[in-house]
Amino acid sequence: MSAPNSDYDPVEVTPLHADEVERMRDEALSAIAASSDLESLRAARLAHAGDKSPLALANREIGALPPQAKAEAGRRVGQARGAVNAALAQREVELTAERDARILVEETVDVTLPWDRAPLGARHPLTTLQERISDVFVAMGYEVAEGPEVEAEWLNFDALNIPPDHPSRTMQDTFWVESADSGVVLRTQTSSVQIRTMLERKPPIYIVCPGRTFRTDELDATHSPVFHQVEGLVVDEGITLAHLKGTLDAFATAMFGDGIVTRLRPSYFPFTEPSAEVDLECFVCRGASVGDPENPCRTCSSEGWIEWGGCGVVNPRVLVACGIDPERYSGFAFGIGIERTLMFRHNVVDMHDIVEGDVRFTLPFGTEV
Amino acid sequence: MRVPLSWLREFVDIPLTESARDVADALVRAGLEVETVESFGADVEGPVKVGKVLEIEEFEANNGKTIRYCQVDVGEERPRGIICGATNFAVGDKVVVTLPGAVLPGGFAITASKRYGHVSDGMICSVKELGVGEDHTGILVVDDDAPVGADALDALGLRDEVLDIAVTPDRGYCLSIRGVAREAATAYGVAFRDPAAFELKSGSDSPTRPVTLADPTACDRFALRALEGFDPRARTPLQIRLRLMLSGMRPVSLAVDVTNYVMLELGQPLHAFDAGKLAGGIVVRRAKNGERLETLDHIVRDLDAEDLLITDDSGAISLAGTMGGLTTEIDDNSKDLLIEAAHFDAVAVARMSRRHKLSSEASRRFERGVDPELPPHAAARAAAMLAEHGGGQLVGATQVDLGRSPTTITISADHPGRVAGVAYPRDVVVRRLTDVGCEVSDDGERLRATAPSWRPDLTDPNDLAEEVIRLEGYDNVPVVLPQAPVGRGLTQAQRLRRLVGRTLADAGYVEALTYPFVAPSVWGDLGFEPGDDRRRALRLANPLSDEEPLLRTTLLPGLLATLRRNLSRGVGSGVALFEAGPVFLPSHEPTPPPPRLPVDRRPTDDEIAAVLAALPRQPSHLGVALAGERERRGWWGAGRDALWADAIEAVRSVATALRVDLEVRAGAVSPWHPGRCAEFFVDGVSIGHAGELHPRVCASFDLPPRTCAAEVRLSELLAHAGGLVEPGPVSTFPVATQDVALVVAEDVPAADVEAALRAGAGELLESLRLFDVYTGEQVGAGRRSLAYALRFRAPDRTLTAEEASAARDAAVAEATRRVNAVLRS
Repeated sequence: MSAPNSDYDPVEVTPLHADEVERMRDEALSAIAASSDLESLRAARLAHAGDKSPLALANREIGALPPQAKAEAGRRVGQARGAVNAALAQREVELTAERDARILVEETVDVTLPWDRAPLGARHPLTTLQERISDVFVAMGYEVAEGPEVEAEWLNFDALNIPPDHPSRTMQDTFWVESADSGVVLRTQTSSVQIRTMLERKPPIYIVCPGRTFRTDELDATHSPVFHQVEGLVVDEGITLAHLKGTLDAFATAMFGDGIVTRLRPSYFPFTEPSAEVDLECFVCRGASVGDPENPCRTCSSEGWIEWGGCGVVNPRVLVACGIDPERYSGFAFGIGIERTLMFRHNVVDMHDIVEGDVRFTLPFGTEV
Repeated sequence: MRVPLSWLREFVDIPLTESARDVADALVRAGLEVETVESFGADVEGPVKVGKVLEIEEFEANNGKTIRYCQVDVGEERPRGIICGATNFAVGDKVVVTLPGAVLPGGFAITASKRYGHVSDGMICSVKELGVGEDHTGILVVDDDAPVGADALDALGLRDEVLDIAVTPDRGYCLSIRGVAREAATAYGVAFRDPAAFELKSGSDSPTRPVTLADPTACDRFALRALEGFDPRARTPLQIRLRLMLSGMRPVSLAVDVTNYVMLELGQPLHAFDAGKLAGGIVVRRAKNGERLETLDHIVRDLDAEDLLITDDSGAISLAGTMGGLTTEIDDNSKDLLIEAAHFDAVAVARMSRRHKLSSEASRRFERGVDPELPPHAAARAAAMLAEHGGGQLVGATQVDLGRSPTTITISADHPGRVAGVAYPRDVVVRRLTDVGCEVSDDGERLRATAPSWRPDLTDPNDLAEEVIRLEGYDNVPVVLPQAPVGRGLTQAQRLRRLVGRTLADAGYVEALTYPFVAPSVWGDLGFEPGDDRRRALRLANPLSDEEPLLRTTLLPGLLATLRRNLSRGVGSGVALFEAGPVFLPSHEPTPPPPRLPVDRRPTDDEIAAVLAALPRQPSHLGVALAGERERRGWWGAGRDALWADAIEAVRSVATALRVDLEVRAGAVSPWHPGRCAEFFVDGVSIGHAGELHPRVCASFDLPPRTCAAEVRLSELLAHAGGLVEPGPVSTFPVATQDVALVVAEDVPAADVEAALRAGAGELLESLRLFDVYTGEQVGAGRRSLAYALRFRAPDRTLTAEEASAARDAAVAEATRRVNAVLRS
């Protein structure tokens, strides 16, 4: 019937008329355009681009045309089918995108719902603050030394130039491990770690020792019988009070911010000579509240300075007791209260909160301070 | 030490423009710790006059109280009628009268008012009403020569300011007006008038009683002054009373007040004996066995052979430098007085004071060191004051002086500068040492400084350096950061302890830092057997609370108490806590007290070892405790309460973080539930337990049922921490997954089944995970089914189905061999 190059039917086929092909094409295009979803597009594809669609049927008739008409009709039908297929593809892209978008809209959730199935934990700020302080000094080249909490009296007192029967012993109210003459105490200061370090190592020594200490104070808003200190000790050739000031300023800056400095006030500790109290420049008002009753500062009581700890040049007697030659070496030491630092830095007003272990106090600190 | 500013100004010309606050600041810079500055009289307003009592009309009020209606001359045309409830004054006495319009401390406004049928036209004031003292018992009777009608505050010196100074143990000399005035003079660069520069020749210097100093190491100076015909009822001059009150002491009687006054002014403690009650000569000696003394506080004290006594023929009459005895106390009839001032050894007094738990104004000063040159001056001054105000005759003086050698310290002139890190000119060093009272000689090379008698603390070159540096100002020392050598950073143990804390915090645990003090009753609460080693605890000789005298051997008491506190405060639906810290384990052998080591050299290693041997073991433990919701309920569904497995998992997760191979077995130890207790082993050594607490323990600690806890020896976990990680090559060949369900007897631990499967599966096993546990009819009574997902993979090829099956079969076969497992069909 439609075999090429055989005898042919001279009769022109109606579906291949230009008008008719155009009509079929337009019909198909409008059906495609009218498809509102992928389902109706599938029906339109079947009706206008399927094997039994008018254009497909028309295409079959081309073979029956006389040779001179074949090219013309083939081109005409081909173009129409191409236009329909292009329209189908484009519409499919559009409708797929519409469907995908609709599904996403339908899947909308309330993202403000909580998802706190697993409760959070936290580390105690006294722990993380001690670590933070250690890190400050480790960055300067120091090492972190440690010692036991139940300590020998000789290490806690005698070696620190606190002789028996000297009133300086009563500066620190001491827990004694039974019996009273056992020579064993709960350490009253981390300074005992200084002694342990100096007995074990030769200078240069650059250490900090954070740790727990004990004195027979009743727990109140500002005192705890169990508290924490960080001790710093440097023993090297040519160490001076000036080096102590530089170190304390660096420490203060690391804890409380740029430009916060310290001030030394003469004082007395048996293990340092000269000795000083360390005051911290008020990091809230930076001294602006002094003499300005209109703008008082609660942090420093408008003094401009806050008591922070004690320090001094290592008493040469302490070096001698540790076997370090005081003619060659000198040193400085400081001791700072961790609780006090925590209270200032984080505006904690009551010691009870620090010691009672209430998770509402600890949780906000997370795992770093 | 409370220092009235008026008293200080008597001996040092502080510029009048300087306020008390300014003086305080100057003293702080010089190294005195001025704690407070208080004003007295500043808040009194309006007319407060000196008045003279002309008439007293006494009557009984309705409430039975004796009331006085007084006519008082306050320098006006006619006297004022004033009602007064106190009776400690007489006609002719001069008193302080506040007139209507005046306001007393505390905003107490005085008005004329009708009381007890009379118009009271003002008020006769007590010490407390004027704000100068606490004594409310009576009216302040002032000196007879006070000018009637004058402004009382100005005329009587009722206005003053007081510096309260916390004196450090090295500055005993500042427990006196004299010492503080010396510091103030240096701080202001003005002259100091020494109140001790007192003319010793006052009255008779003929010897009084013989004095023997039996122990020259304990007492090397002793001075006596005798006074006869003293009026024991003489009134103490107002100024002395006021200054005593402002200094925090209560006026008692002229004799006592004067000795206290001289002590405050000079720093030399004195004692006044009733000479009529003394027998024979005075001997200062150590106590004898069996001796007793009743001290002024009415306590009969058994004396120790080390106690230092002042004695007469009758025996002990005073604990030297600490407190006088009752038998020789001054009373209302004491007309003949013996004033004693001496120099006692600091350690002797300190020990005695501690032994008798008796800290007095005197002992506090002697412990810190009193100027040994003071006794004769102080005794003379006190005797002269008593004679002046009490009308006695100075009849004798005795002074024993065994001599002393002053301390001389040699330093190079640049030593203070080398300590400070700044160069002080030689003349500055000499001047500053002279300022503190040293006699300085300069041989052109080194300085020889002789410490003044009042500074026993100056013994070492650095002591002198401190004096120079503080007087030149700590603020003037430069700020230099030292350059430390390269450090080693944190130790492995320090890093790992942080890791443990982070691991548990990440797992939802909140760190608690609990006190280490525990009560003996807690062992029973924890269900520890009588012989349990954890009952062996160190005991404090002086615990804060007698109920908690022990040091913890386990972290659990503190953790459980903290858990309960959180739950009782309703902090949340569940609480999970952890603590890492030391426990204190006494040695099993009795430890001798450590030797007292020298401090003038490094002790030998053996000596140090002997000291350390007296210390208990103090290993770190790690504990957790949790109760209530572990996973919260929410819009996603139900929550889950904490259970035994959480406590065990806490330990497992720490072990995993530390890369420690942890073996878990069933355990049974208090305080845990015997069927829900895991025991942990590392290298075959038990390192702790975890699980659900025994119901009785939960009840004892008032904790909810099924509270869970764990405690492990952290020190040992850290010691076994894994080294460097070497992960090996990662195979990218496909995985072959095989699930097996094994039926075993229900008492076979899952850990044993898993170990068997791992051993049997061989090298191709990549991972193994238990995903289901089933008990029920299908597997039969007394048995359970454990379902495992096994993942096999080869490093170099794709496994065939046969290879994977063979590996699985080998795993199952090993489980069958070891634990009699049957593959569930």
